[in-house]
Amino acid sequence: MSRLIDEITARGVRMGLPITVHMDVTYRCNERCDHCYLDHDDHGEMTTAEIKRVLDQLAAAGTFFLVLSGGEVFMRQDFFEILEYARRLQFDVNVKTNAVMIREAEARRLRSLGVRRFQVSIYSDDPAVHDGITRLPGSLQRSLRAMRFLKEQGMYVTLANVLMRQNMHDYAGTQRLAREMGIDFALDPTITPMMDGSTAPLTLRIPTERLQEVYRDASLGPIGSEACGSDDEDVQGNASCSAGHASCYISPYGDVYPCVQFPMPCGNLRHQTFQEIWGDSPQLAELRTIRVRDLPSCSSCGNVGSCSRCPGLAYMEGNMRGPSTADCEKSYARTGHASVNLLAKMNNAATTASPKLVQIQL
Amino acid sequence: MSERYIARSSAIAARLLEGEMVIMSALDSTLFTLNATATAIWQAADGRTPLREIVHNAIHAQFSEVPGSALQDAETFVEALAQHGILLLSDQPITDATALGASQ
Repeated sequence: MSRLIDEITARGVRMGLPITVHMDVTYRCNERCDHCYLDHDDHGEMTTAEIKRVLDQLAAAGTFFLVLSGGEVFMRQDFFEILEYARRLQFDVNVKTNAVMIREAEARRLRSLGVRRFQVSIYSDDPAVHDGITRLPGSLQRSLRAMRFLKEQGMYVTLANVLMRQNMHDYAGTQRLAREMGIDFALDPTITPMMDGSTAPLTLRIPTERLQEVYRDASLGPIGSEACGSDDEDVQGNASCSAGHASCYISPYGDVYPCVQFPMPCGNLRHQTFQEIWGDSPQLAELRTIRVRDLPSCSSCGNVGSCSRCPGLAYMEGNMRGPSTADCEKSYARTGHASVNLLAKMNNAATTASPKLVQIQL
Repeated sequence: MSERYIARSSAIAARLLEGEMVIMSALDSTLFTLNATATAIWQAADGRTPLREIVHNAIHAQFSEVPGSALQDAETFVEALAQHGILLLSDQPITDATALGASQ
């Protein structure tokens, strides 16, 4: 299945089509998760009519996979109307939600609309840990009940487990919970800065030694941004990922970015059409020219073939052509080999009396 | 031999890419890509036009002659899609509007 989706994405890259679009319909939320990168106030969300107009433009542009997310999508009272419109335009719809507002009746309605897949954020199988992170008492119980309703309706449900310091010892139990429920499990240790640039959430990233244990766990599938990687053998000729090539992100305010994790403004849908932004944005045009061979640090790194460097995280570090230190750390946890970037940081931090570290490529 | 009618299911996602229809079943997540002829049949599946007429029109649009086996091949194709809930298949015209998805 994922191979076919990869093929369609590759076709999108070849044709310059935005095959996958992630749209956050609101940043409002009924949970207040410790690691969240969003400001939950409403600064002027797109209206129902504006969102429908954008969906029309996306369908005309060739978008097939539509991810609707937030914030919490069900905080919008018109969310079912948006969903119904999206399904009428025959998007393959994936909804990311905390699910606490989904009861049996909502699950039935979602099924009748032909929504195919749900991704529900669960942080732990321990209510104290999960509810402690979401700061919503009873949220684990309500989310799990909703996931069972969705499953009973025959929809695909993925349990998305973001890993941070508060829950870093719980993922095995959470994985077991997903297995018992008969649903997919996806683990992601990626904690990003806030959209406003604040790096406060980064203190929640799990320590390297724990990250190494996670990457050594053979029971886990692709972890986090590993799923964004390419199998293409032409490593140096690759783009880092499909962001801006065959996918993009739209905020509740109509801002278009290459990815939810890549806050480089490319245009606004209140002032331009989607096709104008996708086709003419200088920022997207520049992003599309970048290949691994153009990356000053990463192109010469011995980990380049296996690294899942996120250009969005690199952008948030100051340079979309630069390394993403978070991915260097993941790469180190996975392979045991420090990247060129990490070695440079270590050498900079070392005293003049310390020996200089070098990377040896075999 | 009685006429057969086909209608697009609403429980699918679909998009025309490079002249080929890409279809995802919301029921079982099966992904299909249809070639140009199959795409033409899919787009004409309005529940009212007999399959025989759809096949004739779709193939005539691309080839000067309609092979004798064309209808039989098309029936095999639509039965396969019907098994995945992508198409509805009936011996009677299909008038249920909720069954029909848009053609693109």
